[in-house]
Amino acid sequence: MSSIEFRKDLFADERDDALNEIGKPTIRQDILGHVTGRSPYFDDHLFDGLLHLRCVRSPHHHARIRAINTRAAQSMPGVVRIIMPQDVPNNLNTLLALIGFGKDDEALLQGNKVAYQGEAIVAVVAETELQARNACNAIQVDYDVLPHVLDVEEALLPNAPVVNETYPNNTFDYHELYDHQKLRFGDTQKAFAEADHIVEGQYQMSPIEQAPTETCGAIAAPETNDRYVCYTSTQALFFSLGTTAKLLDMPSSRMHFIGGTVGGGFGGKVDSLHEPLAVLGARLTGRPVKYSYDRAEEMQVGAPRGAERWRIKDGLLSDGRIIARQFTGFFDSGAYTRLSSYAIIKGTGHLPGPYTIPNVSSNVYCVYTNRTPATAMRGFGITGVDFSIECHMDKVAETVGMNPIELRILNAYRDGDMKAHRRTAKNCALIECAQVAAQKANWSIEPQYAAMSSLQGGGAERAQIPQTVIDDVGKIGARKHNAIETDPATNGTISSKPSSTVTPVHATQAMGDSVAPVSNSAPVANVIAATSPAAMNVPAVPATHGQTPPPQTFTQSATSPPAGAPSSQAPRPSPAPPVVSTDAPKPVEPYRPQQPFSRGVKRPGASPFVSGTRRR
Amino acid sequence: MAKTPVQFTLNDKETAVFVDGGANLLDVLRRVVGDLSPKYGCGQGTCGTCTVLIDGEPRLSCLTLAETVSDQSIETTGGLADGPDLHPLQRVFMEQFAAQCGYCTPGMLMAAKALLARNPNPQREDVIEAISGNICRCTGYEPIIDAILDAAGEMRGRVS
Amino acid sequence: MITVESYASINEAASAMGARATYMAGGTLVMRTLNYGEQTFERIVRTNDKTLKQISVHADRITLGAGLTMSDVLNARDLEFLAPVARSIGGPAVRNMATIGGNLFAAHPYGDFGVALLALDGQVQFADGSQEDMERFYATRNTQAALVSSISIARPSGSDFRYAKVSRVKPKGVSVLSMAAWLPIRAGRLAQPRIAFGAMAATPQRARNAEQALDGGALGPTEIQTAVGTLDRDYQPPDDALASSWYRTQVAPVHLRRLLADGGHA
Repeated sequence: MSSIEFRKDLFADERDDALNEIGKPTIRQDILGHVTGRSPYFDDHLFDGLLHLRCVRSPHHHARIRAINTRAAQSMPGVVRIIMPQDVPNNLNTLLALIGFGKDDEALLQGNKVAYQGEAIVAVVAETELQARNACNAIQVDYDVLPHVLDVEEALLPNAPVVNETYPNNTFDYHELYDHQKLRFGDTQKAFAEADHIVEGQYQMSPIEQAPTETCGAIAAPETNDRYVCYTSTQALFFSLGTTAKLLDMPSSRMHFIGGTVGGGFGGKVDSLHEPLAVLGARLTGRPVKYSYDRAEEMQVGAPRGAERWRIKDGLLSDGRIIARQFTGFFDSGAYTRLSSYAIIKGTGHLPGPYTIPNVSSNVYCVYTNRTPATAMRGFGITGVDFSIECHMDKVAETVGMNPIELRILNAYRDGDMKAHRRTAKNCALIECAQVAAQKANWSIEPQYAAMSSLQGGGAERAQIPQTVIDDVGKIGARKHNAIETDPATNGTISSKPSSTVTPVHATQAMGDSVAPVSNSAPVANVIAATSPAAMNVPAVPATHGQTPPPQTFTQSATSPPAGAPSSQAPRPSPAPPVVSTDAPKPVEPYRPQQPFSRGVKRPGASPFVSGTRRR
Repeated sequence: MAKTPVQFTLNDKETAVFVDGGANLLDVLRRVVGDLSPKYGCGQGTCGTCTVLIDGEPRLSCLTLAETVSDQSIETTGGLADGPDLHPLQRVFMEQFAAQCGYCTPGMLMAAKALLARNPNPQREDVIEAISGNICRCTGYEPIIDAILDAAGEMRGRVS
Repeated sequence: MITVESYASINEAASAMGARATYMAGGTLVMRTLNYGEQTFERIVRTNDKTLKQISVHADRITLGAGLTMSDVLNARDLEFLAPVARSIGGPAVRNMATIGGNLFAAHPYGDFGVALLALDGQVQFADGSQEDMERFYATRNTQAALVSSISIARPSGSDFRYAKVSRVKPKGVSVLSMAAWLPIRAGRLAQPRIAFGAMAATPQRARNAEQALDGGALGPTEIQTAVGTLDRDYQPPDDALASSWYRTQVAPVHLRRLLADGGHA
């Protein structure tokens, strides 16, 4: 396609443009190992004296842990070590802490309150897997079962149980301001009033388990140089390394991580839960330790692609042009954040789909429920909303009596158009794809649509950023006090009048540029400006404090550990309770390891054979 | 802990091991004998990743009690190649992208080998049935089915 | 600690049973339990008794040894009518291991072979020589102490026997439901037909109301329509990961209509 612009400045030597690969098999570089059964997956490393680690898991969706009794298990045959929550040196983390996004909200072993069925509480290390299983069965956990919430919209109600005490409103805090990610572009309400048709739809996608054939796991073992080797199935080796260093409060230079051969991942092997426990087990026992899911755990506890619910409202003219589109999205993050907060940033940048629509608004919520935490899976953040958008396009076509492919061609991005997240569309090809699809499917389209092109008709007035109406509905915590409409229509308990408008700006930012094309004085800080993870680090533009979030109150019992719970004896600071505040939540100081990723070991008596000295 | 002696042939090699009571064949092959080619996928007979041939017939090693294989002949993917010469199934799987992550491949190869031993001229439906107990989550089944059919053709050609 | 005891005959194995013992045939159920640490036993009792592999054909009944595997069924000429049932279970590796006797103990939603045996008026025979109707057997199987040695079933003729399994995965998967019908016809009328469903209740279960609706009539569209309309009186199917109770209730009549009308080969 001639309209595609290759970045030859960056990838000049990497490949030939005369591509001719599709439909032909390629000899993989790792295939010889696969067909001979010699590819080294994490479990294909033999260690003498290998121990097996298994976890005691919550049978409840939501329960406070009153007591854990390990006495019977301790003396069972083969049991070498029982790992309690307080044995984890820094037992609180969030996966994206490594890029500074979000607050630590999840324990490796949960000693206070379990928030989903299958959450790990205690780990047993034993000589055989069966002995570890038998010992797990013998550990008694005394639960105080709590009400649970499994639906994203029920979780937003003021009286919903608090799932995750780091986020007591059951929503991720976006930009320290709102309980959802906003996108505002133009004035959807005004455009709805001018539209000939309004088409609304609700779409939903259930959680999907990645179900890799190899279950998630890791084997860790002490090396002879005061380091720990860790063979792992991870899809994100340095994520796992950094996460392990943080949870175990141990410099990453003392860990030797080996991965790369993964028996299927599809996103389900990035959560870095196995490596820290395997390394901790090896550290506490001085022996090689294997920790992996069995199939039942992989399906029940292994984090899936999260459920999503989307409501879409379109305003369109009778000729099929869509002039306004409003989204309300709910991501079911499960009990903890993992990657759902990021998926929403990514998904919002994708709105309103590959169509040029002059007025777009969106509220997307990362909601905590008592379900298995969600994580990555093949295009997560995009898949659910794309499914919804394309279902909705068909509904729109039906409403106006239009050929669904022509509708898509008519509304498609063309080169030079302004997207709702304020970047110029480039390398557009939807029109051409739709034309080819119609041809291949023998689906007739009118000559005028067959003649359209992504290269023509874009830009000009379609390149403008319109007058944008913004609002500050949905501040963090506000929903706890009043039920507020979740959609972006701003007709909740707060005034529906636009709080400010901004002048049109030509957006010419390059990727990575994160300047919001709006005045700094306006409270539009969380209007999405970029989708790259780097941009998520950019501090929110200070808001004009017209509206202070209402006071937040928490009952003391909701945050204090139960009497006799292991955390009270924790050698290190126990997980920070949620900030009880009458002001806007303060940013939590990011975790800093005591010895941040230092090379070598300086402890007295430590082995001299450390990586740092060996390198000299 | 009392262990039970078990003798069998593994890929035509006499093998003798001591096994724990209740140990499954998969664990014994992998951790005691050291043949890492059969893989663990489910431990319950649904994925087929641990498929080995016992006396020529495909069986799930994770559901086979190790001490029941005394005097039996076990074949695994680890023994499929003849020295440096790959088995036709292995070569065709390689050439036709019949594996992506490779984790299901050893089980697929064993299921295919059993099929071709019984039926050298299988139809497409026969191949589908033969690998119906083996789950592949990456590649999709079409390249695998094509590869097995091609290997069958190649093996027939070699015999005739 | 687990110990394994092997005996020469089913009778010896039966007398070795007792506290903390389980009997293992093909291993597909027992080994799974052990692999998941869910075992309540410490002793595994087994036998290589060849009588468990016997097939005896009589005029109107056939006796199947409990140790016959699904592959054995597929390879037996006298059991051709059961071949579609055996083929619907697992892949080739599972069929080389799983036995008829074990199938009778498979928990929901497994155990499709037993559905066929139930429709064929199965009588379970135990090692001690006693015998029990399959319906009664299913009601008490979890507390069953005796060992199953064989199952006697009616020997259907022609297209009297029909079976179909519905699953979500092609070419095969776990049952949304399975169903078997034995439809003997005398003088152009159905004579005491038997219909059984699997995965529609905790154990395979007969569709008594549908059987009654069909008994004594022809197998025409009206009779079939009446019969399939009775299923909600016999079944309150369970919810599981494969299908909800509601879904099973909705689709069971559709599938039964197809089975009765055209043999179920959808």
